[in-house]
Amino acid sequence: MEKRMSEDTYVLAIESSCDETAAAVVKNGRQVLSNVISSQIALHTLYGGVVPEIASRKHIEKINQVIEAALREAGMALEEIDVIAVTYGPGLVGALLVGVAEAKAIAYATGKPLVGVHHIEGHVSANFIEHPDLEPPFVCLIVSGGHTHLAVVKDYGEYEILGRTRDDAAGEAFDKVARAVGLGYPGGPKIDKAAKEGNPQAIVFPRARVEKSPYDFSFSGLKSAVLNYINYSKMTGEKIFVPDLAASFQQAVVEVLVSHTIEAAKSLNYDKVAIAGGVAANSALRAFMKESCEKEGLKLYYPSPIFCTDNAAMIGVAGYYEFRKGVRSGWDLNAAPSLKLGQSL
Amino acid sequence: MKLLGIDSSSLVASVAVVEDDVLTAEYTINFKKTHSQTLLPMMDEVAKMLELDLRTVDAIAVSGGPGSFTGLRIGAATAKGLGLALKKPLIHVPTLDAMAYNLWGSHALICPMMDAKRNQVYTGLYHCREELEIVKSPCAMDILDLIEELNQAGQQVLFLGDGMPVYGTELERRLKIPYGMAPAQNNRQRAGSVAALGAVYLKKGQTVLAEEFQPEYLRKSQAEREREAQAGKEKGE
Repeated sequence: MEKRMSEDTYVLAIESSCDETAAAVVKNGRQVLSNVISSQIALHTLYGGVVPEIASRKHIEKINQVIEAALREAGMALEEIDVIAVTYGPGLVGALLVGVAEAKAIAYATGKPLVGVHHIEGHVSANFIEHPDLEPPFVCLIVSGGHTHLAVVKDYGEYEILGRTRDDAAGEAFDKVARAVGLGYPGGPKIDKAAKEGNPQAIVFPRARVEKSPYDFSFSGLKSAVLNYINYSKMTGEKIFVPDLAASFQQAVVEVLVSHTIEAAKSLNYDKVAIAGGVAANSALRAFMKESCEKEGLKLYYPSPIFCTDNAAMIGVAGYYEFRKGVRSGWDLNAAPSLKLGQSL
Repeated sequence: MKLLGIDSSSLVASVAVVEDDVLTAEYTINFKKTHSQTLLPMMDEVAKMLELDLRTVDAIAVSGGPGSFTGLRIGAATAKGLGLALKKPLIHVPTLDAMAYNLWGSHALICPMMDAKRNQVYTGLYHCREELEIVKSPCAMDILDLIEELNQAGQQVLFLGDGMPVYGTELERRLKIPYGMAPAQNNRQRAGSVAALGAVYLKKGQTVLAEEFQPEYLRKSQAEREREAQAGKEKGE
């Protein structure tokens, strides 16, 4: 049983923005007491991607079990929780609404404060879990299936967006390329694995830069180049060696992500760099970012893979800092599917 | 015995409290705002007006479907969250049963119909005997098939639900039986009926654990339907 001190703050966090139903208990914004994730990946693999209606139905089926497991694993009763935090955007609207309605009802019935949390802020905050020394400000690269952002984390919950993708998110490009070469869903881990057997210099793919926006990204050109390469190979009957293609594509993505991030840290004089989001679990990105940061004398932070994927622990961390800033959500809190980073409703 | 009733299965958001066969509060909004914005503030208002301590509620009755998928889930998640926090059981009240209960006492056959799009309605048929008797269980069906079935049955019918205005012309043109439309105060979902019918279920011990509750959609997701159709085609069906 968790020993409770009166000055401690315990957050029960709920996350249901996409295809993971998750709940966690976080102490004082840094210590994860439980982190329960019910993944639906196997279910959506049948369809080659997340089906929103199926995801929403699974959320409503699992949500109470997941929350109760999180409390049980933390050794806490609901009465001992101080704050209820929930992801309210961005994400799939139907999926978000399950977590939001559930969290509101729990907070309402127990009279506890409710804090709506930005999903991307959650990803950024995942870095605080395993790095007690990490504090803002720092430069953060946020890369996932739906997002590619380069931002300065000025303070807890305060962001300055330096750049974003103009078209596809990095993770989306991974998914599309994986599908095109028959690796299936989810694309990120599949490409990562295949690339380990391949030569990243085998095929030359473009490294896109966005003119006059040094920190913006664009991956649609790269994606087209890969698809053209596949089509051309099919036409000429040339056999594609998937590991080489995966490694070369991945290298093209990773180089751009890393160079933008390093450039930002150097020219804006920040000595700390963090990465966040599902793609932050990519081994090539981690390795190349690490190598580049060491070369430039920058300190690099990244979460363990379990805190890179969608999880509620990161929402508990972000929720704690929002709560400390005085943020309280009302009983009319709604899902905000296209919420931007640094924006609140 | 005190029950909280919730219905968010359609455009209507409705919250009610029934205590020992008396409706002590009912708050219904039929407006374009999302249930996520209305349902809990409405419940809060009801609780304040009644000086209600939620912990004294015996069960939470919720309209369990069919209906708008998202609407059903907002009601379900709200009820499940309340059930989890208050450690109270839930009561799954089929949406159409509760609607039929609006017209308790009718001598005609009661036909709630909700617009299910694509020329279909979610519907069922009910009779008032000792209890509310289900003549035809809730289902999704073509409006023309329903009209055909009603003509065959040859009994007087009383309609309600948001399918009425949508298919009113069809009903008028094709029905050969005497029929009527429920008046404004009773022709849409009411949480009062959900709670009152829930009380009947509670007396019979028909409750569900909050963690086990899930809506009855009566329809698969579009992706599943398409996938099954595809699989059927490949099998040569």
